[in-house]
Amino acid sequence: MLPKGAARPRQKDHPLWFLVPALVVLVVFFFVPTLFNFVYAFTDWSSFKSAINFAGIDNFTSLFTNGTLLNSLKVTLVYAVLVALFQNAFGLGLALLLERDTRVNRAVRVAFFIPVIMSALAVGYIFQALLKPDGALNGILGALTGADVSIPWLGNTTWTIVVVAIVHAWKWMGLSMLIYLAGLKTINEDVLEAARLDGANRWTMFRSIRFPLLAPAVTFNVATALLGSMNGFDIVQATTEGGPGGTTELLNIFIFRTFGQGLFAQATTMSLVLFLLVTILAFPVIRYLRKREDVL
Amino acid sequence: MSITATSPRTAAPAAARRAPRRRFRFPYQPVAAILVAVLVLGVPFWLVIATASKDQAEALDPNLEAPSDWRLLDNFATVFGDGRMMSAFFGSLLVMVPAVVGVLVLGSMAAWILGRRGGRLSAAIYALAISGIVLPPAVVTIVLLLRQLGLAGTALGMIGVYMGMYLSTVIFFVTGFVRTIPHELEEAARVDGAGPVRVFLRVILPLLKPVLATATILICLYIWNDVFYALFVIGGRIDTLPLNLYQVASAGLYLQNWHLIFAYIILMSLPLLITFVVAQRRIISGITSGAVK
Repeated sequence: MLPKGAARPRQKDHPLWFLVPALVVLVVFFFVPTLFNFVYAFTDWSSFKSAINFAGIDNFTSLFTNGTLLNSLKVTLVYAVLVALFQNAFGLGLALLLERDTRVNRAVRVAFFIPVIMSALAVGYIFQALLKPDGALNGILGALTGADVSIPWLGNTTWTIVVVAIVHAWKWMGLSMLIYLAGLKTINEDVLEAARLDGANRWTMFRSIRFPLLAPAVTFNVATALLGSMNGFDIVQATTEGGPGGTTELLNIFIFRTFGQGLFAQATTMSLVLFLLVTILAFPVIRYLRKREDVL
Repeated sequence: MSITATSPRTAAPAAARRAPRRRFRFPYQPVAAILVAVLVLGVPFWLVIATASKDQAEALDPNLEAPSDWRLLDNFATVFGDGRMMSAFFGSLLVMVPAVVGVLVLGSMAAWILGRRGGRLSAAIYALAISGIVLPPAVVTIVLLLRQLGLAGTALGMIGVYMGMYLSTVIFFVTGFVRTIPHELEEAARVDGAGPVRVFLRVILPLLKPVLATATILICLYIWNDVFYALFVIGGRIDTLPLNLYQVASAGLYLQNWHLIFAYIILMSLPLLITFVVAQRRIISGITSGAVK
């Protein structure tokens, strides 16, 4: 009613000093360490001497030439993509299986959310026990086939990363399922009814109506799965500790290991690499997924 | 195409509507749902419970056989006795509670201003403040900074690190929510002579309850289960439940004690599990709200 008169007091009614405490905490505990990353990655900071000297790009060249930089980058990327794939496939599958609101479905949904609230470290240890060569999974397979099965699930230089990504997806699929269920609920029943009357079968309806309309849920799930797995540590540390032969050594595993050895500058360098990787990847991925939503 | 599509609609609309529905009601669906749950969840969970109930000799190779003698409570007692479980439990609370309260209060204060003020400055601050949702924390240099501040290895340092990490999440959630609160509610209080602090405490904060509940759940989940950042900041100084689990499980002495590790896992999961069972409806609706808009 009083647009001009109301606009001026509004600034005073929402004083900027309310922002100060949050900004102080953010600057001190988030932005300053991030800026430090760009400084200390170029030093020789370590636990072996007290002085910290400028070292140029020595850390990058040594990590690059001994192959760990590219290996950790590759492992992290492969892991992130695999987790995003599995977590979304499992989550969507569960959502479609448990879509109707029956009592059984509701109970099963709650059960699938239990891994989400468990500690990732604990999940890692459970699967370490389950996947040992003489563990429970091989026991089940042995009972089914009648032969003695001793597959080293966590000891294969090619396939272990896939196994670990599946464990990661197992932990988080309940969350993806819930997001997909919420997405399925938002789809207008009339649209589906119309398609049904036009003789669309269930697969056609899923492919050309329901899945495209799930785009916002896909965006959220893919983005969180990618971010979560690029920052992954607990599950891999608890199952393989980066092995066998460094084939599951995520950037965070490397950072933790070298930090423990006192090679702080190298750990910082990898932390900076992770920061850049996430910055370079996450924003375009999110923008691309958002654009897909707009087309609809 | 058009013939098949129009003829049932005019001839027998009710039948056409009912027929595909009945086909959709696949009678084996509950069986499939339970079967999937048993295979995918039941096997690992049974492994945990069965192993946690065995004695050391039986648990040496964790398998799916039922324990010959159920000793779950004895193993719980052993874990409580040997391990530093109680101190770890209080250590977890010591860092989680202040961090959660801190991010909620500071985050809501900031979000109220960012949600209400227009202009380029607020937009820039908002973009910067929520960037932490995506960007990974600089975990190594945080340790350096904490040393310089004299906070290395202290609960205060850990609380600060968690607050720095999760303020972005709170600001993001709450700012979106603040924008849906009608201005008139604030105006009414202002007309009565309330200043900004009073308006915030008496009008805004109570309205934020649902979104703050969601944020609380999410952040408790992250902090309660975090081991990575805790290893860097307070590892070896303060025990938290996941840190303790990590030390116990990676120590050579305990490597052969799967029954104790799994008993520990059950005990440390219980607080969140009980909270979840009690408040599952709210938790689920809180987490899914906003994700699919």
